[in-house]
Amino acid sequence: MATVELRFSALPEHVRTARLVAAAVARRAGVEEAVLDEVRLAVGEACTRAVGLHQSNGISAPVRVLLTEEEKQFSIEVGDEAPHVAPGHKAPGAIGAADEAEAEEDQMGLAVISGLVDDVEVSAGEDGGLIRMCWPTTPPAALPA
Amino acid sequence: MDLSLSTRTVGDRTVVEVGGEIDVYTAPKLREQLVELVNDGNFHLVVDMEGVDFLDSTGLGVLVGGLKRVRAHEGSLRLVCNQERILKIFRITGLTKVFPIHTSVEEAVAATD
Repeated sequence: MATVELRFSALPEHVRTARLVAAAVARRAGVEEAVLDEVRLAVGEACTRAVGLHQSNGISAPVRVLLTEEEKQFSIEVGDEAPHVAPGHKAPGAIGAADEAEAEEDQMGLAVISGLVDDVEVSAGEDGGLIRMCWPTTPPAALPA
Repeated sequence: MDLSLSTRTVGDRTVVEVGGEIDVYTAPKLREQLVELVNDGNFHLVVDMEGVDFLDSTGLGVLVGGLKRVRAHEGSLRLVCNQERILKIFRITGLTKVFPIHTSVEEAVAATD
């Protein structure tokens, strides 16, 4: 069970909300203050990517964000429902300029995520994709005896 | 927070002062502004990012697009940024090699290659 679960319509204006919620939950979970900017950026990138995938595939389902406080770590999962096809599935030359620009932006988003987050897994299948990111948390300081 | 944009001319440069958050929702506004400036014949741009609180890959894409446009007219696009959290995004994407990044508008306006 996620600590906080968020579902939002795949619209750009809601990505900011996801960033704010994720940062707030991460702070509460004990993610270091200095790392919160990274959390905010990484979750924003993952949500932006999911919104783009839903929009370009005409998927009306919401984007899912699971924020989970675990022992010693905080994890964020961003799930989309876009069917992912293996690279090379499309015939060469069939990719239009718009697709290419989209693919470029998609790659840039993933590049930012992998540059920011040490612990990240990207998986994709016919039912959709999932980006899972983890950050260590600092346990609250022990109360003085 | 929304995106704020204002432009002014300094010599032969056009300074675009950007404030707020540049993300998937607001980046189109910045793109429109840059396209409009280039269409109006402003090919030497300085984008002042000191008031930017947040920048993501969509914003980077718009800046790269702006750079492509001005370069098509032998122009330039320089950035002004001192914020470590914003600079970090340029570093991890390798874009520090693509954009001249200055510490002040004065320095960017005076710069020539």
